[in-house]
Amino acid sequence: MSAVAHELRHPSVRDVFGRSDYAIISQIVEPNTRVLDVGCGEGELLHWLALHKGVDARGVEIVGSKVQRAIARGVSVYQGDIDQGLADYPDDAFDYVILSQTLQEVRKPLKVMKEMMRVGRRAIVAFPNFGHWSVRLTHLWSGRAPRTKLFPHDWYDSPNIHFLTVHDFESLAAKMKWPVERAIYLSGDSEVKLFPNLMAEVGVFLIRK
Amino acid sequence: MIVETQVACFDSLPLDCGVALSPVEIAYETYGQLNSSRSNAILILHAFSGDAHAAGISHEGGKPGWWDNAIGPGKAFDTSQYFVICTNVLGGCKGTTGPASIDPSTGRPYGMKFPVISISDMVRLQKKLVNHLGIERLLAVAGGSMGGMQVLEWAVAYPEAVACAIPIATTSRHSAQQIAFNEVGRQAIMADPDWCDGDYYNKKPPARGLSVARMVGHITYMSDDSMREKFGRRFRTQEPLPDFSSVFEVESYLRYRGSQFVDRFDANSYLYITKAMDLFDVTNGHASLAAALERTQSRFLVISFTSDWLYPTYQSLEIVSALRGRNRDVAFCELQSNYGHDAFLVDVAEQSELIRGFLASTYREKVARAS
Repeated sequence: MSAVAHELRHPSVRDVFGRSDYAIISQIVEPNTRVLDVGCGEGELLHWLALHKGVDARGVEIVGSKVQRAIARGVSVYQGDIDQGLADYPDDAFDYVILSQTLQEVRKPLKVMKEMMRVGRRAIVAFPNFGHWSVRLTHLWSGRAPRTKLFPHDWYDSPNIHFLTVHDFESLAAKMKWPVERAIYLSGDSEVKLFPNLMAEVGVFLIRK
Repeated sequence: MIVETQVACFDSLPLDCGVALSPVEIAYETYGQLNSSRSNAILILHAFSGDAHAAGISHEGGKPGWWDNAIGPGKAFDTSQYFVICTNVLGGCKGTTGPASIDPSTGRPYGMKFPVISISDMVRLQKKLVNHLGIERLLAVAGGSMGGMQVLEWAVAYPEAVACAIPIATTSRHSAQQIAFNEVGRQAIMADPDWCDGDYYNKKPPARGLSVARMVGHITYMSDDSMREKFGRRFRTQEPLPDFSSVFEVESYLRYRGSQFVDRFDANSYLYITKAMDLFDVTNGHASLAAALERTQSRFLVISFTSDWLYPTYQSLEIVSALRGRNRDVAFCELQSNYGHDAFLVDVAEQSELIRGFLASTYREKVARAS
């Protein structure tokens, strides 16, 4: 069984989060490293990484109630805006900078990505794949902004303001000369090997500078 | 929990102004038990008018401590797990040496002959006490307002002695506005003819001046919202008349708090302590705030409150930003509250959650692992 398949079935990770992308990220991160989770929510992933992998865990989150829960959990989270929240950190402050399910929500994705690559040696980015067949079909058949399991919001109250596919991310990484060290594609709790741009619900990329 | 204030005495304390105070006494209280490895001690630092009686019911007055809602079994600073210490600051009037203490060279109270003291002098004296109690490294130092300034000073002056630092509703240095309010208070005291250049002991104290100073202070501790909620435009007197005999509730409240303060506080302490706050700048002796905070080795939890206009969030963010710039471990949260600067004393539910989790994880990671 591959490490990814194992991790996806590993109860301690999946059951804690109920999120496959977190399961993959928790497997990618090496023990005893410095990790920044941008848009860390209530700090579940960071808390897990600190406890099980001994990482030095930090987070940035804008929503006050989430920040409170993360700090109450013992995670050092800074309440601030992602679009400008990384500016204070020095270069190479972290081994990994994680951005999970957030890239499509930030105002200036490229600026955020550049900042992540400045403050971190590597970045782990997970995002919902707008190229998934269900999105394409829904858009084609309904002729409206697609609403699917992956993108459940009406266009007028969606937090998503950018729509990108697995291929879009790969071409950005190539253009910016950020080598992709790993790319893992997920559909539900399984890994997708064939036609990821069509079949993957979520893409998880490990890139470096 | 009935508690009693104790006093420790030291031969001498060197001050930033160049002279030494000798002898010097420091009043303190403790709650909970120090563990065998002496690794569970927390030092609580009080705000401007606080004292050593932070928690429990006092043996003498029967009154609860000023942060009793945050210190005790199961509370934010859980005394069933931690050993909590609180002292009265240098220059104070609640058992620690201050301007009302007897000057051994004259046999009379110091008054204005008391040397000008600083926040770092206060901290130096606290460090002596902590050493005296046999504690090398504190699990945490925590406090709001002026207490938060002492937290910063602790973390910079004794980096190896502080596992985590919790500065609340505070600043690395006073703004012009903060100095201005303090100066109004000082001038109110000095303008009172009973002040007599600070030589009023055994005579009538400058009660009117001190009371006005306190009234100004109270306004700055509240918010527009909290005052509207608490007083509105209600009258204290039954039939409002168009003259000076009618009293709004807010006027009556401020007068009451002012006159009550006179019974428990020394006017010269007011002058010395507010001056120490105004002169405090954690950057002193360093190239920048970031350079000063680079010395620290503590985890930080910085908390501010939305309605606190006396110590606004931007001042907490300056501290946080400097710490992040040097890649220090810092958590920051701005809590929602309508209580203004007083929030850290009265609106403690969410603050307690943060502190409890932060202390537990620090204890787990920094202390338990090391021992």
